[in-house]
Amino acid sequence: MARKTIKVGYLARVEGESAFKVVVRNGTVESAELNIFEPPRFFEALLRGRAFSEAPDITARICGICPVAYQMSSVHAIEHALAVQVDAPLRALRRLLYCGEWIESHTLHIYMLHAPDFLGYAGAIDMAREHADIVRRGLELKKVGNEIMTLLGGREIHPINVRIGGFYRTPRRQELIALTDRLTRARDAALETVRWVAQFEFPDHQRDYELVALRHPDEYPFNEGRIVSSRGLDIVPSEYETHFEEIHLERSTALHSRIRERGSYLVGPLARYSLNFDRLSPLVQETAREAGLGAVCTNPYQSIVVRALEVLYACEEALRIISSYEEPDRACVPVEVRAATGCAATEAPRGLLYHRYRLASDGSIEEARIVPPTSQNQSSIEEDLTSFVSSWLDLPDEALRHRCEQTVRNYDPCISCAAHFLRLELDRQ
Amino acid sequence: MPLERARKIILGIGNPDRGDDAAGRSVAQFLRQQNPRDVEIIEHNGEATSLLAQISGASVALIVDACSAGAPPGTVHRFNVCAAPLPQAQIGLSTHGMGLTEAIELARALRQLPTRCVVYAVEGTQFDIGAGLSPPVLAAIRDVAARIVAELDETP
Repeated sequence: MARKTIKVGYLARVEGESAFKVVVRNGTVESAELNIFEPPRFFEALLRGRAFSEAPDITARICGICPVAYQMSSVHAIEHALAVQVDAPLRALRRLLYCGEWIESHTLHIYMLHAPDFLGYAGAIDMAREHADIVRRGLELKKVGNEIMTLLGGREIHPINVRIGGFYRTPRRQELIALTDRLTRARDAALETVRWVAQFEFPDHQRDYELVALRHPDEYPFNEGRIVSSRGLDIVPSEYETHFEEIHLERSTALHSRIRERGSYLVGPLARYSLNFDRLSPLVQETAREAGLGAVCTNPYQSIVVRALEVLYACEEALRIISSYEEPDRACVPVEVRAATGCAATEAPRGLLYHRYRLASDGSIEEARIVPPTSQNQSSIEEDLTSFVSSWLDLPDEALRHRCEQTVRNYDPCISCAAHFLRLELDRQ
Repeated sequence: MPLERARKIILGIGNPDRGDDAAGRSVAQFLRQQNPRDVEIIEHNGEATSLLAQISGASVALIVDACSAGAPPGTVHRFNVCAAPLPQAQIGLSTHGMGLTEAIELARALRQLPTRCVVYAVEGTQFDIGAGLSPPVLAAIRDVAARIVAELDETP
C-alpha cells in the first residue's frame, strides 16, 4: 500500500454540497482536503444598498436550518451600530427564539444525520426501521423547537418577525404558557437523548484545539458575550477582525478562517461547552457527568453528546424564560438612523457567527461581512482527517471511507452557509 | 378518534418563486377554490421532517410536486407510494438533501404511511427565480386537480 486515495465525491447527510479527498502515502496522510462546491451566493454583495431594516430577513435566507442565528447576528450588529438597547423582555424573547433553533437544528443532526454513523446504518430511514420509537422521539423533540420558532418567528423556517429594535409582534403570555407541557415532555426526551447517545462507541481521538466561543458573565451563551479562547483570547466582538482572518483557497467556494497569530481553531458545541461548563444548569452538568463527560470535551466524536446536552439546556432555558415572561409594553424600541459601523457575534448551533455592517447616514448598508461557523471550522475538519486517518489505515476501504465521513459529520457542517465569496472579481485575478 | 382516522390531505409541495417548482402549490390553490369537503389542503415547502408530521396520521394523502425526469413539460406522473418508493433520482430532490422521498420512506419505516398515499409529479421545464409557471405546466394544473378529485371520490 504505497499510495491510497480516499475520495468521497458527494458527501451525504450534511447540509449543502461538498466532497473530500484524503491522500495517504507510505502509511502517512499526505493531505486531507474538504472541497466545498456549493455555488457561492453573494449574500454580502446583495445586502449592499439595501435598507438596514432588511438585513434580518435577507440574512435569514442564508440557511433553512439555522436562520435564527443569521437574524440574531445581523440584528445585534445593526443595533450595535445604531446604539440601540432592547428592553429586557425583548432580549429574553430573542433568547427563547434561539432555544427553538438549537432544539430543532441539533435534534435534526443527532437523530437524522449523525446517530446512523454510530449505529451502523446508511441513514435515518434504515435506522428508523429498527429503532422506530427512538426516531419518533427525535421527531417529536425537533417539532417543539419548530413550534417555538413558529410562535416567535412567525413561521417555521426563515422567520420574519424579528426587527431592528425588537420584534414586529410579541406573543401574549398565554401563547407561551401553552408550550409549557410540550416543552416539559421535550426536556424529558432530551434527557433520554443524552443517555441514548452517551452509550455509543466513540473513537478515542482528542485534539488540542484552540476552542473559541462566546462567554457571558452569567448565561450559557446565545446572543452575546466576549469572544474567548482556550489559549487566552478574550476580546469584544468588534475586535474580531483584528484577531481572525479569512483566506480563499482555489479548491473551495468557502473561505477558510484562522486566528492570525496561531492558525486553525474550533467553534461549535465542543468549544461552547468546554469554555462555559460552569454556565450550564445543575441538571445539565449532572447529566454530562452521568454521560461520562468532564468539564472539557475535545473528542470531536463526542460532539453528539454535547449537542444532546445543549438540547437539554435549551429546553430548560426555554421553560425558564416562559415561566418568567411578562408581556412587554412595546414590541420594539425606537431606532434612530445614522452613519455607523457595528458588529456582533452570536452562537449558531454550529458555532460562532460573526456579522459586521457599515451603514450610510440614510441607513442603507454600504458593506456587510458575514463569517459563518462552518468556514471557521473548515481547517479543523481537515486537520482532524489528517491526524486521525493514519490510525485507521488497517481498516478496509469502505470502513475507512465511512470513518472519514463520520469525522466530517462531527461538525454538523452547514455547507451552504459557508459557501460565499466576499469579492469574486478580486479572487479571480 | 374516528375524525383523526379519516383525515384526508392534499399536499401541494414547492417553492412559489421558482417557476414550475410551484406546480404542486398551484394545484393546491386551485383545489382550495373549489372548496372540497372533508379534505385538508396544505401547501408545503417540502422539508422532510415537517412533511412527515403532515402525512403521519392521515388515512389518505394525495401529494403533488414538480419533477424533472426528462419527459415533455407538463407530463403528469402518478406513483402509488404504498406499493413502491419514489424513483429517487427523478422526484423529490431537495436542496437540503431531505425531501419528499425521505419523508415518505421515513413514514414507511415508522409505520406511519397513510393507507392510501399517492404522489402526482408534474414535469417542469423552467425553475428560474421569480418566474411563473410555464404554459405546459399551467395547462397540466387543471388535469392534475381533476384526477385528484376523482381519486378522492373513489376513496371511502
